[in-house]
Amino acid sequence: MEIIVCIKQVPDTTEVKIDPEKGTLIREGVPSIVNPFDEYAVEAALRIKEEKGGKVTVITMGPPQAVDALRKCVAMGADDAVLVSDRAFAGSDTWSTSYTLAKAIQALGAFDLILCGKQAIDGDTAQVGPGIAEHLKISQVTYVQKVLGVKEDAIEVERGIEGGYEVIETPLPAVLTIDKSANQPRLPSMMGTMKALKKEIKTLTARDINVKEGFYGMDGSPTRVKRTFTPPPRKGGRMLGGEMEEALRELVKILREEKIV
Amino acid sequence: MNFDYTPEQEAVKGMMEEFVEKEVIPFAAQWDKEEKFPWDTVKKMGELGIFGTALPEKYGGSGLDAICHAIVAEQLGRGCSSLRGVYSVAVSLVAKTILAFGTEEQKNKYLPGMAAGKLFGCFGLTEPNSGSDAASMTTTAVEDGDYYVLNGSKMWITNAGIADVALIFAKTDKNAGAKGITAFLVDRDTPGFSTKDIHDKMGLKASNTAEIILDNVRVPKTSMLGGIGKGFGIAMATLDNGRYTVAAGCVGSAQAALDYAKQYAKERIQFGKPIAAHQLVQQLIADMAVDIECGRLLVYKAGHVKNKGQRSTKEVCFAKYYCSEMVNRVAYKAVQVFGGYGFSAEYPVERIYRDARINTLYEGTSQIQQLIIGNFELGVSAFV
Repeated sequence: MEIIVCIKQVPDTTEVKIDPEKGTLIREGVPSIVNPFDEYAVEAALRIKEEKGGKVTVITMGPPQAVDALRKCVAMGADDAVLVSDRAFAGSDTWSTSYTLAKAIQALGAFDLILCGKQAIDGDTAQVGPGIAEHLKISQVTYVQKVLGVKEDAIEVERGIEGGYEVIETPLPAVLTIDKSANQPRLPSMMGTMKALKKEIKTLTARDINVKEGFYGMDGSPTRVKRTFTPPPRKGGRMLGGEMEEALRELVKILREEKIV
Repeated sequence: MNFDYTPEQEAVKGMMEEFVEKEVIPFAAQWDKEEKFPWDTVKKMGELGIFGTALPEKYGGSGLDAICHAIVAEQLGRGCSSLRGVYSVAVSLVAKTILAFGTEEQKNKYLPGMAAGKLFGCFGLTEPNSGSDAASMTTTAVEDGDYYVLNGSKMWITNAGIADVALIFAKTDKNAGAKGITAFLVDRDTPGFSTKDIHDKMGLKASNTAEIILDNVRVPKTSMLGGIGKGFGIAMATLDNGRYTVAAGCVGSAQAALDYAKQYAKERIQFGKPIAAHQLVQQLIADMAVDIECGRLLVYKAGHVKNKGQRSTKEVCFAKYYCSEMVNRVAYKAVQVFGGYGFSAEYPVERIYRDARINTLYEGTSQIQQLIIGNFELGVSAFV
């Protein structure tokens, strides 16, 4: 079983800083981590490999420093890691990112399964996983919360939906996006950490993956972020003090004035 | 001179930080409260190869250097001093001693299990009436054919209740003082070997501390470590390893105390502003930060000497003496920053404060460290 896991390096903070001019994330000076949802995807891949054999390759598109995120996944147990990196990819939106990743995955050769985290914690779009499936014209199951069984040519999973779950079987190859209830990602071991440190990580550029001109980077991106902002924090509510009866009277008055009742 | 971590050291630090943040810090208060030895976490440490960090690859370890060894202890100390103690004793005091003085047969018997965290050792030197004056021990080992018969008791032995093997120091010649001491590796299942857990400690409540009772324990001569009469030298050389990770653990605990104090100082409002903005609180924080950095540099300096393969007794004594006192100063100040809340187990500085206390007592009191350092400085021994 050839398993590809797409990961993303994200800033290790809930307070993402944004370039007000370009509307893109400022990554400099912020410690980076593997997108937490992607760790569930790596864990799911490792478990399938442990059961069925095969190979787990992690892949990311990003700047050169994204190798740190790949090394973390190798430390967890991934066999191979590939960085897709080219200045020409800068400014890619989710459409061109998923196109570029799909082309890179094709360039790597045959595969059975592609796993992604359900979304990244910085952009929160949840679009790249499904986008890869569309570009590769293979089936996809999103929000996978349990892998039920893997066969030679199909996989059965549990998919979270509003108020319940569905059980879906899909032929392989397929893309799954993994939710955090799927597993508990393992921590890197000492041996894994040392192996990851020595691991040679291949870099694929635009030329290596046969991408079409005008399909990648800022130029290949059909969407533009017009404005990104941090919503203002919620202001505290009004407290009505004093005696209970008095406070209740005041409450009813306010509710009437605001035309709530 | 280079103060940067190597890529290996950086990677070990990152890996250990994540382990401690996910597997240790969230549970340490509960282990302390319940006086519970954290077996599940110790097993995970084993599975992740943490015990094998600084043991050779030949025996299943990662073969990393002395600074990586210190980083592991430092990070464990940041999360839970009890857990750091488990590591120190199992690796520094026992596994590394077998590595340095054991026969190939002994190394093959014990080290792979120790590197994998499946086999644990304890270090039996101290006795009810023999502490700083180790040579005054009364445990005896009497030759009997191909065996030695051990009798006596060992006190305050970390890990004794959970260990698979005990490194026991005993007198093979009662009249030869320090030169009459021999070391033995005694397996737990040997008839006559028993342990009794010690409770009601001020700190390190999640670690196992026990008394070892040796009642006509017959061990084969092949279990002798390093030859007859070599025990005292082995014990002293071993302490160069043990004290090193104690010092590193102190740095980690102190760092945790500082980190908690900084966070609290920014949140706690008094006189209309965070107490972090009060000058006397800043003084406490600054003193803590500098004190910790001094200790950390002493530990890494000792590690540097170890990495060169040189004897590190003096540098380790410097580090152990300084760091064990430092963590007490820092924990005191951290509690001070927390005010009344620091006196409550609701906040982790209370545990750090209690756990800090042992460090100036075990593996050589501060006074013993001073005497060793004094001897190095003056060339005059205050012992004997």
